[in-house]
Amino acid sequence: MKLTQPFAPAFFLLVLASLAAQQPDRGFPSAIEAGSAFSIELHGSGQANLYIFGPNQVLQRTIQLGGATYFPAGSLYNAGHYSFLVDAGSQSQSGEFDVVPVSEPSELSFLAKPSRLPVNLRGGITGAIYVFDRYRNLIIVPEAARFELSSQTGNKQTRSVPTHDGAVWIAMDSTAQQGVDKFLAQVGGISSLRIIRQVPGEPCGIKMKARASGARVQLITDPVRDCNGNLVPDGTIVTFTETSGGTESTADVPLKQGFAQIEMPSRAGATISVASGTVLGNQIRWEQ
Amino acid sequence: MRQAFFLLCAVFATELHPVQAQPAIRVEPPDPAYTGTLQSQTADAVIRNYLHAWDSLRAAFAQNRTTSLDQDFVGTAKEKLAATIRQQAALGFGTEYHDRAHNIKIVFASPEGLSVELEDDVDYEVQLLGSNKPTSKLNRKARYFVVLTPTETRWRVRVFQAEHD
Repeated sequence: MKLTQPFAPAFFLLVLASLAAQQPDRGFPSAIEAGSAFSIELHGSGQANLYIFGPNQVLQRTIQLGGATYFPAGSLYNAGHYSFLVDAGSQSQSGEFDVVPVSEPSELSFLAKPSRLPVNLRGGITGAIYVFDRYRNLIIVPEAARFELSSQTGNKQTRSVPTHDGAVWIAMDSTAQQGVDKFLAQVGGISSLRIIRQVPGEPCGIKMKARASGARVQLITDPVRDCNGNLVPDGTIVTFTETSGGTESTADVPLKQGFAQIEMPSRAGATISVASGTVLGNQIRWEQ
Repeated sequence: MRQAFFLLCAVFATELHPVQAQPAIRVEPPDPAYTGTLQSQTADAVIRNYLHAWDSLRAAFAQNRTTSLDQDFVGTAKEKLAATIRQQAALGFGTEYHDRAHNIKIVFASPEGLSVELEDDVDYEVQLLGSNKPTSKLNRKARYFVVLTPTETRWRVRVFQAEHD
C-alpha cells in the first residue's frame, strides 16, 4: 500500500501509539530488590486501580496514570515473579516483573548430621545449608560458603564451596580423638554452629588375664581401647565364654572405667575366651 | 428416577467446576554432583507431592481458603502463601492459577535426606477474580525454586519462590 503524503505523518503517529500500547511495562522496573523502595510511571491519564499479584504477595493501589507512583521501602519484600494489572475503566494494561532476594545473606539453615559418631570415620559428618536474606527469601545467586570442623585439641578442617541455587552440602571426616567438635558454616558475615560429639570406635583388640579366686576364676581385661587409643565407652558389652566338657557358660559384662571383670566357676581344662561385638580377644586354657 | 437425579447432579457439578486440563509434565534427570545418591523412588515421591501442591495452591488462591495449603505446604512457604491469601481476601479479590506445563529438575538433595530442592520452569495462566470487571487470563513463564522437606507421610513444600524464566 502506498501512502499519500497527507496521510503519512498520521500513519506513523498511529504506529507509534500502537507500539506504546504494546509496551505497557515501560515505566515499571523489570526487577526490584526485596524490601527496597521503587517507583513506577505508567502512561495514560486519570486514576486507575493497580493490582500487583503473585503467590507470595499482593498489593492494590489507586494510582495516577501519566505520573510517578512511589512505593516506600518494605512494600514488596517476598521474592517471586509478579504480575500487574492496571484497571483504568475501559482500558487496562498488564505486565510482569520480579522481586529478587536481597543480595546480603541474613540467615543460614544449617543441617548437620550426625550429632554423635565414631572417631576416624571418612566422610562421616555431613552439613547442608540453605542461604536466606532478611525476608526469608532463598538467595539463588552463588555465594561462597565456608565450613570448619574444629576439635578440642585445636585440629581444624576447612572447606570452601560455592552455593548452587541457594544450597550446598559438604562431607567431612571425624578426627582421631574423641570429644566435642564444633562444626561451623559461614556465608558472608553470617555463621551457624553445630556441636558434633565424637565417640571412640569399636574395640581394636581385647586382652584378658585370669587368676584363681577360691573355687572360682577371676577374669579381668586390660583397658579396652579403639584403634586410635581412645577408651571404649563404659557400658559397651564384653562377653566372656567358658567351655568345659561340652558345656558352655557365657557372661555379658558392661565396661566400667575401661575394664570388664567377672568371676566364673573354676573348671580344670576349661577354655575361656573374650569378645566384644565382632572383635575377638585372647583365649586362656584354665588348668587349676 | 434416583439415577437420573444423580446424573443431573453430576452434569451440574461438572458445569460448576469444569475439569481443568492436566498440565504437561517433563522431568529431567538430576545432576549426581548435587543430588548424590538420591533414590529414584524418593525423587518420584518428591515430584508427585510437589505437583499435588500446585493443585492445593490453585484451590486455596481461587477460594481464598488458607486451609487448602495445610497438606502440601509447611514453614516459610505456607506462611507466605497464607499471608497472600489473607491479603487478597481483605482487598476483595482472588487469583486463579492454572499450571499448563512443568519442566522439573531436582537440583539439590541434602545427604542426610532432610531436604530436596527442585527447579521448575512453569507455564501457567493467572487471572484476577472478583475485581470490578472480568480480567483476561495472563500467560506467564516462570522458574520456580522449590525446597521440600519430609514430614510424617509426604514431602511438603518449605520454600516456593520464582523468577522470570
